Amino acid sequence: MFELLGIPPQALFGQLLLGLINGAFYAMLSLGLAVIFGLLNVINFTHGAQYMMGAFGAWMLLNYLGIPFWGALVLSPIIVAIIGMAIERTLLKRLYHLDHLYGLLLTFGLGLIIEGLFRRQYGSSGLPYNNPLPGGTNLGFMFLPNYRAFVVVASLVVCIATWYVIERTKLGSYLRAATERPDLVQAFGIDVPRMITLTYGFGVGLAALAGVLAAPAYQVSPTMGSNLIIVVFAVVVIGGMGSIMGAIITGFGLGVIEGLTKVFYPEASSTVIFVIMALVLMVKPAGLFGTAK
Amino acid sequence: MSTSSSTHPAPPAAAAPAEAGVNYGLVFGILAVLVLLVAPFGVYPVFLMKVMCFALFACAFNLLLGYTGLLSFGHAMFFGGSAYVCAHTVKVLGFSPELGLAAGVLFSVVLGFLAGLLSIRRQGIYFAMVTLALAQMFFFFCLQAKFTGGEDGLQAVPRRALFGIIDISKDINLYYLVLAIFVFGFLVIYRAIHSPFGQVLKAIRENEPRAISLGYRVNQYKLLAFVLSAALAGLAGSTKVLVFQLASLTDVAWQMSGEVVLMTLVGGMGTILGPVVGAAVIVTMQNYLAGLGEWVLVIQGVIFVLAVSLFRRGFVGEIIAIAQQMKARKSQG
Repeated sequence: MFELLGIPPQALFGQLLLGLINGAFYAMLSLGLAVIFGLLNVINFTHGAQYMMGAFGAWMLLNYLGIPFWGALVLSPIIVAIIGMAIERTLLKRLYHLDHLYGLLLTFGLGLIIEGLFRRQYGSSGLPYNNPLPGGTNLGFMFLPNYRAFVVVASLVVCIATWYVIERTKLGSYLRAATERPDLVQAFGIDVPRMITLTYGFGVGLAALAGVLAAPAYQVSPTMGSNLIIVVFAVVVIGGMGSIMGAIITGFGLGVIEGLTKVFYPEASSTVIFVIMALVLMVKPAGLFGTAK
Repeated sequence: MSTSSSTHPAPPAAAAPAEAGVNYGLVFGILAVLVLLVAPFGVYPVFLMKVMCFALFACAFNLLLGYTGLLSFGHAMFFGGSAYVCAHTVKVLGFSPELGLAAGVLFSVVLGFLAGLLSIRRQGIYFAMVTLALAQMFFFFCLQAKFTGGEDGLQAVPRRALFGIIDISKDINLYYLVLAIFVFGFLVIYRAIHSPFGQVLKAIRENEPRAISLGYRVNQYKLLAFVLSAALAGLAGSTKVLVFQLASLTDVAWQMSGEVVLMTLVGGMGTILGPVVGAAVIVTMQNYLAGLGEWVLVIQGVIFVLAVSLFRRGFVGEIIAIAQQMKARKSQG
């Protein structure tokens, strides 16, 4: 068996895989943030809480209704998206004519409410969620757990499908047009307010889907979202929100870098993404894929 | 903030006739200080000191949000970072309180300069995300660093004699020190806002491209405002250490950054007294609700949502708006 810089390959590839999984979550969350910001001009601070709701949705569906993981994978994001759309209709909608900061503050408050309610009900410690795909494959140089492979593949598929819909279909062209000039698109007879609501629902659903995928990989806990969302913000600053593909590449890339840091210099693993953000700000303030505005 | 000016309440001093405004302000200020001088005989002094620490913190934050239009979501790093430095120098290195405060503020200035250099490279929403991420990086640094005491924090920081002569181990003596610090910090901010420097900051808030085209070095002004805000937030954090004899991870966590945003929002951003009122409201609420545990988080969130949805000008901002309406009506009829 070979060794790399004194690190056993199992540890290296294991962390690399964990990094890819984290990267998958970063990609899905920053993708949702970018899509929402593009159309609503709101940075959705509730995103972390909605990711957590997705995970809890899966847990509740299993424990209260007996619906297994594969059902929850579809149901939980839909439920969370519907709740999100209700929030958009009742609260967010009233802020579009104001400064972007008010949207940020409102969604921050909503995030506090959701996290507080879940902490009140379920405590701060994590709840276990059984692995729906136990077992794994021995690839020779490492052991590949089935579920982790599934998470990486599934999120890649979702990300690329999202990219395809937005960049290559007619629906996506409406969306991109409404991002640039909502008033003109409205004048062409397209119901922009409904589109905004559905877009918010889609972004939120993406976050919830990431949450369902995260439930068996990590524990289900009320604080899982707020810790993650700050890292995702850094990812968004690094990548810039201008490009869908950019968000996907940055998300996966940073996950891998974080995983590698865990192997070679574990002390820095929790801060490496923020350090990269600082470096990017010095060299290319608009972000790697962003355009200066 | 640069996109729309209509969301900001007009600064009160600009709207009122200059002379009358100054007189009213002076009278009100003297009255307020007199009330604060006798207040500890009626109200629990530690509570008042806590309010003043957070009021100073919120005023410092408001200098950036209310007057420069920069929403920092990472001010906990200055508050908490300074608190750690003050606690460490006083407890471990044996500094006197005044030197501990100075060390804390100096640290905030340096950290504010570095964080400011990075974060003013982006605007609006991105500025908020950058400051939040930088503060989170600082949080992890504090979590791992040895001198911060990890999860325990630095406890039982001694209250040595101030300048070697004034005994601040008594709450009542410490109260007057905290009052002096608060009034000093408040006056610094008041002075900054009502100076030509403050006018440039407001110009940047209202229309940054225009300020640039008028020849102002906008980034230097923003950086200076950022450092000043960080320094005063640090002063508040260090003072808090003297009061509670404790510096902990709570002070640097993102929730603390959120709390100071909430105080400023509730009181009224862009008003000189708003953050003070907001801090008093939120600290009082926390004191009453302390036994409710997680509900505090929920209630804070509800206040956020209500403030953003219903009264965006905050308490003080709404009062000013009503006063101006009445004045306008009087001059008409």
